[in-house]
Amino acid sequence: MTKGNVVAINGNMVSVNVDGDVSLNEVGYILVEDKRLKAEVIRIRGSQAELQVFEITRGIAVGDPVEFTKELLAVELGPGLLTTIVDGLQNPLPELAEKSGFFLERGVYLQALPREKKWHFTPTVSVGDSVSRGDQLGHVPEGIFEHWIMVPFGLFDTYTVETIASEGDYTLEETIATVKDSAGATHELSMVFEWPVKRAIDAFPERLRPEEPMVTKVRLIDTFLPVARGGTYCIPGPFGAGKTVLQQITSRNAEVDIVIIAACGERAGEVVETLREFPELTDPRTGKSLMERTVIICNTSSMPVAAREASVYTAVTIAEYYRQMGLDVLLLADSTSRWAQAMREMSGRLEEIPGEEAFPAYLESVIAAFYERAGLVRLNNGKTGSVTIGGTVSPAGGNFEEPVTQATLKVVGAFHGLSRARSDARKYPAIDPLDSWSKYAGTVDHEMTEYARSILFRGDEVGQMMKVVGEEGTALDDFILYLKSDFLDAVYLQQNAFDPVDASVGTERQRHIFDLVFTVLGSKIKTDSKEQARNFFYEFRQKFIDYNSAEWESEAFEKLEKEMREMLSRVSSELEPRAQEAYRNRGDYA
Amino acid sequence: MRKVYSRIETIAGNVISVKAEGVRYGELATVNTRYGTSLAEVIRMRDDEVSLQVYAGGRGISTGDEVRFMGHPMQVSFSDNLLGRVFNGSGRPRDNGPELTEGLIEIGGPSVNPAKRIIPRNMIRTGIPMIDLFNTLVESQKLPIFSVSGEPYNELLARIAMQAEVDIIILGGIGLKYDDYLFFKDSLEEGGALSRTIFFVHTASDPVVEALLVPDISLAVAEKFALKGKRVLVLLTDMTNFADAMKEIAITQEQVPSNRGYPGDLYSQLASRYEKAVDFEGAGSITILGVTTMPGDDVTHPVPDNTGYITEGQYYLRNGRIEPFGSLSRLKQLVNDSTRDDHRALMDGMIKLYANYKESQEKKSMGFRMSEWDDKLLKYGEIFERTLMDLSVNIPLEEALDRGWSILADCFNSQETGLKSELIKQFWPKKDEESGEATA
Repeated sequence: MTKGNVVAINGNMVSVNVDGDVSLNEVGYILVEDKRLKAEVIRIRGSQAELQVFEITRGIAVGDPVEFTKELLAVELGPGLLTTIVDGLQNPLPELAEKSGFFLERGVYLQALPREKKWHFTPTVSVGDSVSRGDQLGHVPEGIFEHWIMVPFGLFDTYTVETIASEGDYTLEETIATVKDSAGATHELSMVFEWPVKRAIDAFPERLRPEEPMVTKVRLIDTFLPVARGGTYCIPGPFGAGKTVLQQITSRNAEVDIVIIAACGERAGEVVETLREFPELTDPRTGKSLMERTVIICNTSSMPVAAREASVYTAVTIAEYYRQMGLDVLLLADSTSRWAQAMREMSGRLEEIPGEEAFPAYLESVIAAFYERAGLVRLNNGKTGSVTIGGTVSPAGGNFEEPVTQATLKVVGAFHGLSRARSDARKYPAIDPLDSWSKYAGTVDHEMTEYARSILFRGDEVGQMMKVVGEEGTALDDFILYLKSDFLDAVYLQQNAFDPVDASVGTERQRHIFDLVFTVLGSKIKTDSKEQARNFFYEFRQKFIDYNSAEWESEAFEKLEKEMREMLSRVSSELEPRAQEAYRNRGDYA
Repeated sequence: MRKVYSRIETIAGNVISVKAEGVRYGELATVNTRYGTSLAEVIRMRDDEVSLQVYAGGRGISTGDEVRFMGHPMQVSFSDNLLGRVFNGSGRPRDNGPELTEGLIEIGGPSVNPAKRIIPRNMIRTGIPMIDLFNTLVESQKLPIFSVSGEPYNELLARIAMQAEVDIIILGGIGLKYDDYLFFKDSLEEGGALSRTIFFVHTASDPVVEALLVPDISLAVAEKFALKGKRVLVLLTDMTNFADAMKEIAITQEQVPSNRGYPGDLYSQLASRYEKAVDFEGAGSITILGVTTMPGDDVTHPVPDNTGYITEGQYYLRNGRIEPFGSLSRLKQLVNDSTRDDHRALMDGMIKLYANYKESQEKKSMGFRMSEWDDKLLKYGEIFERTLMDLSVNIPLEEALDRGWSILADCFNSQETGLKSELIKQFWPKKDEESGEATA
């Protein structure tokens, strides 16, 4: 085992003279008084290694011994990950609290997964079968899921199963199989293994193109700015625009199997809300507590910076692990800017030549590599699994022209830019419908949404013009266009997160009500005056808002819809030609 | 163990270096110069070269001065004897009282385990309607007051210090003008709040390094009191000076600046202070109110910008008032449902009408014709600003709510307010006292 001694300390970076081989990203422990402080090698020069320490460095002295582990920074993978709340290094926080009380004492590391708990194992291979990395050996029930016990991803050979445990209860570390590699050596396998966080898990034959939408039940997203299963998206926005709230809503409602929340360098208070509320909320898909499908990785802003950098990797590795079981996983990272800032701090300490705004020159490639870990994959057994990544970005001054936002926009498939103007006007979700974009296919026919978007753009133009020339100087047709775009915004783009029905709108309902919205937008509306047009739209809007909070297919819902269709037929009898065409060509999604 | 080194190798800005052994990172030392003794902290080590940041600054230090390592990091005394006392940034008395040495505690301790935090649930009453009624302050909240220099932010803090319903007030002054320091001292003395207050004051003329210590020292003491079950309110003025001190020191240490000269870790540094705000289950709490002056009224300046990402809302101080639009207490929803039935509805309703007033005012200034409705709004806005928004108004929440209703009744018919009929029935003032402006 390589050992060393501290020679220099600067903030959370420590230089160590080593007596043997070390590798990049290897984990070492600095022995300070009676504590062992975890650190990671981030640069090697000759016999000197530089380590970023995951803890407060106070009290370290020159000459203090350092032990290297030969292991890269890794996480434990196995049954029991779901429902856990861990820090960036996968220390379970509730257990830490039991041990050290109110404060996060440094140098205390606990195992992430419970060792005593027994899992009911059912084998799916037989002696003599040939297996390779990622292949299923058996499964255990974990809450509502069938958790696959797989051949560890670090075993690169093809193996023959020599023994396999029979169905029964086993603890995590008991041997459940022995396999023999091509050279004849045997390996004992248990239900838990480690994987280095900074390497993507790639134990699958093929990556597929993400095509199916990941339904978030937020209308504006699903209809206009969709995210695909296995895709990536980002939410940049100034402070107070509702990034975190949008993430929280998504984490509750998204139609995926598993949600991983990485609270990276943000307020502890927000994590606490999730921590305390999720166990009480029921997942409408399963009827169980939302916590059963959730893992929370929590490295809030006052926790050590180096562990913050590690936390997003810990999160994505756990996401990839569940993808290997054929599940759809959503990773929500809040906020990737804090992660980038952690990189900037380390880069500064390493005295690297700074790039834009002092971010390191490799910022873009690191961000790209992170988002590229998302994806839809075909597994060894033909099933598919996916990891979708949604990251918030907190641009300085709310200005999207800064390096982190720009580097992120280059690699993501959808951009949900939040706007201060919309959040100030209390229009939630405050995603700017004009500036944002998505490259994925949504739940509603593309041609129809494009038509609706064009109304939004033209309505916005009329709105701008009206500010100058006033309502008097605007033509009636233009004014109606403006009212249409305002209507679309008020009843479809905005969504009331506090209304039990409106808070989450499934695909079927979205398609249904979008049909009505589209008919309104596409209709040739004839009124005698602007006043009449305004009154029509205001009344229609009021009805639509009531319709939005009416239970799906309830009596009130049907009644309101009928009333609205009648109301519309009084002012209009036909669609605009372009709308007619879009409507005729619409895909058949029934 | 306590070796004395009498050879200083380099002196650059506030940083000196000596060749020494057996020193630990973050350890404290004393530097004896002919102008007196100063504390210094180890900030960098390489082999036997130890760099120290001298709290009193580098001026006047000679290469032959003595450096004596103390074997422990920065500490501050903690006991009830702190109450009513005034200290400087390194914890030494500023008043003429004795130096305190009992119960020493370390500053800048570890972060609270998120799993041990609880959802905040108690309101802090301040007697200021713009806070209590419209943006309620909640125990364990961290809130900055965004202000342009010249606004009466210190007056506001002093009033909060005198009136807030908490057990202990800790006032951390950073780069405070001497006059302001005296103002705080005098007004708290007059207000009779001195005995529950502790001052840690760094004035503008004090060494810049001490500015960095004020938040840490204030919060370390606050934490101990909170663990003993006290409800502590920490007032920090002005956090922009704190950030500027950090900038100054980072630049002299040749760190790569990130944005307008501020160091890249500005966010983490501010966050590690503000995140000390906490409600301990089964013990007390820390609430933080900090002043952040916005250079040039620019909220996108790095200091207010980073602060906004950390804190739970903000109060905008503008034209001597807490502005109702930009200001936001994100935690108010957690408490204002249990104060009085009309609190939430009245809060929203009054602000909506005030927004309409602003529109009418704009229309008026552009020369458009005023309707009857506009006239009502203009009257409403004027009374609202004068009798509720003005910072000198000092009434409890219930009275503020009543006053809100009476302002509405003075200006509008009940159905014009858009408030729910149940509430109107319960709270709308009865028209038996037909005496014009009842509130003025």
